Amino acid sequence: MPFEPSLLFQASFWSDIAQLITPAVGETLYMVVVSTILAYLLGLPLGIILVVTSPGHISPNPWVERILGTLINILRSAPFIILLVAFIPFTRSLVGTSIGTTAAIVPLVISAAPFVARVVESSLKEVPYGVIEAALSMGASPLQIIQKVLLPEAKASLILGVTITTISIIGYTAMAGAVGGGGLGDLAIQYGYNRFRTDIMILTVIVLIVIVQGLQSLGTTLARKLSH
Amino acid sequence: MIQIQNLVKTYSSRQGNVIAIDDVSLCIPKDAIYGIIGLSGAGKSTLVRCLNLLEKPTSGQIIIAGQDLTKLSGKALRQARQKIGMIFQHFYLLQSRTVTENIAFPLEIAGLSKQEISMRVDELLHLVGLEDKAHAYPSQLSGGQKQRVGIARALATKPQVLLCDEATSALDPQTTLSILNLLRDINQKLGLTIIIITHEMKVVKEICTDVAVLHEAQIVENGPVESVFIHPQSEIARQFISSVFSHELPTDLLKEIATHQNSEVVRIQFLGSRASDPIITDLLRTCNVRANILYGNIDHIRSTLFGTLTLELQGNSEQLRQAHDYLASRELNVEVIQRAL
Repeated sequence: MPFEPSLLFQASFWSDIAQLITPAVGETLYMVVVSTILAYLLGLPLGIILVVTSPGHISPNPWVERILGTLINILRSAPFIILLVAFIPFTRSLVGTSIGTTAAIVPLVISAAPFVARVVESSLKEVPYGVIEAALSMGASPLQIIQKVLLPEAKASLILGVTITTISIIGYTAMAGAVGGGGLGDLAIQYGYNRFRTDIMILTVIVLIVIVQGLQSLGTTLARKLSH
Repeated sequence: MIQIQNLVKTYSSRQGNVIAIDDVSLCIPKDAIYGIIGLSGAGKSTLVRCLNLLEKPTSGQIIIAGQDLTKLSGKALRQARQKIGMIFQHFYLLQSRTVTENIAFPLEIAGLSKQEISMRVDELLHLVGLEDKAHAYPSQLSGGQKQRVGIARALATKPQVLLCDEATSALDPQTTLSILNLLRDINQKLGLTIIIITHEMKVVKEICTDVAVLHEAQIVENGPVESVFIHPQSEIARQFISSVFSHELPTDLLKEIATHQNSEVVRIQFLGSRASDPIITDLLRTCNVRANILYGNIDHIRSTLFGTLTLELQGNSEQLRQAHDYLASRELNVEVIQRAL
């Protein structure tokens, strides 16, 4: 059914749209939230390892740093849509299926974790090394330095990193449609693009803008509150 | 108390090895405030960072309280470090922690209970006079206040030694004095050995009991501050001293005096109670010379008075010799700057 402006004043039109958009919003949020959490569970330790094993840091280890760095770069060079397909067998063995919202989370995490590692790395590198040395001079162990110096001192920057990551993942979820992941991006392609429903396209984009804006201001506000 | 034996630190770079510390041996007595002065690049920061092994020495020994730190690693080294406090030029406080939490930090590291930490932090806040800033963040403090937090934090685990790496170099002269006074108080109250790395002779002059001059990776001279100030052995030490006590006379004046007959210009330096003796009157009476005061200054090295007097003495060679004998008999340090006979 092609879009006509008069439709905007019909209640049935809005309830139809709501029926399409509400589950899509739910799917997007589900994918984004779960992927971000899992990506951080993997990426945060990797980012920490990248920093502490770098030359002149608290446990320099050129081999670990180089191998991990290369692995991260390889994963980051692969376009997401390729990862999505390449990891289908892995996804299937992990969640039992390669189709659907939950299945889409696996490639999302694989793609986002190395990104998170780099974002975390750059945040932790902002902590002046003198502060770390001061802690060393007090007899702090590497683990204590990570827990009590690196992470708390980089808190605000890490929060901004979470914001950047989350927003990037929102972008990637649009491609999750390729494996039947659903979500707002999929809706926009299926209805807005394939079926010429410009109204749905515009609405999805508006909803995405609202989500991204909301996340960004939340992140910025939090980061400001955490920095002294 | 602290013995540094044949300490060597080299860095390898593409251009070859750089020697940062070249066979330095020092013995730092307990309760001393030991200044290590040098120009930038002399290796003094490397030296102090070797003392708690932030920098691993290439060879040599660091013996603190009978323990050779260079033999330690891992947990034993961390425990030894808890007994060595350190403060820094740029303070290096944790920006995400309040003053109280910053001071608590080394105590958390040492694994004290919450209650013990809170009691100790209160004592330390009182010691450095920051009770009213207990809940402020470092970004809300002035430089001097930040360094006070640094000091409280360094003293939290009751160390025997405090290392100060250019601790006052980022502070204005007024604040520098107040921090130096605090360090002196701590040294006396707690019987703490303090090692101060600095490029400012005025810091040495204010509080150090002993000083070592580091030049191009080596100790060129060391000893009690008063003797280094009065009898500097090296050119570099003389330069440092002239940065706080400049007794140079204008060259035009010296040239003019050089035309006088039977005259010499002498610089007399005296320490402590000598500063209040009526030397000139006695000199003129006993030796029958004439004296013209060209320059005079009285200052202090730590709490000892330190005076300098530059005179032009006029008289025949016999009178001048008598004058020298008289000054020598009063145990004054005399240096002839110019002689015109």
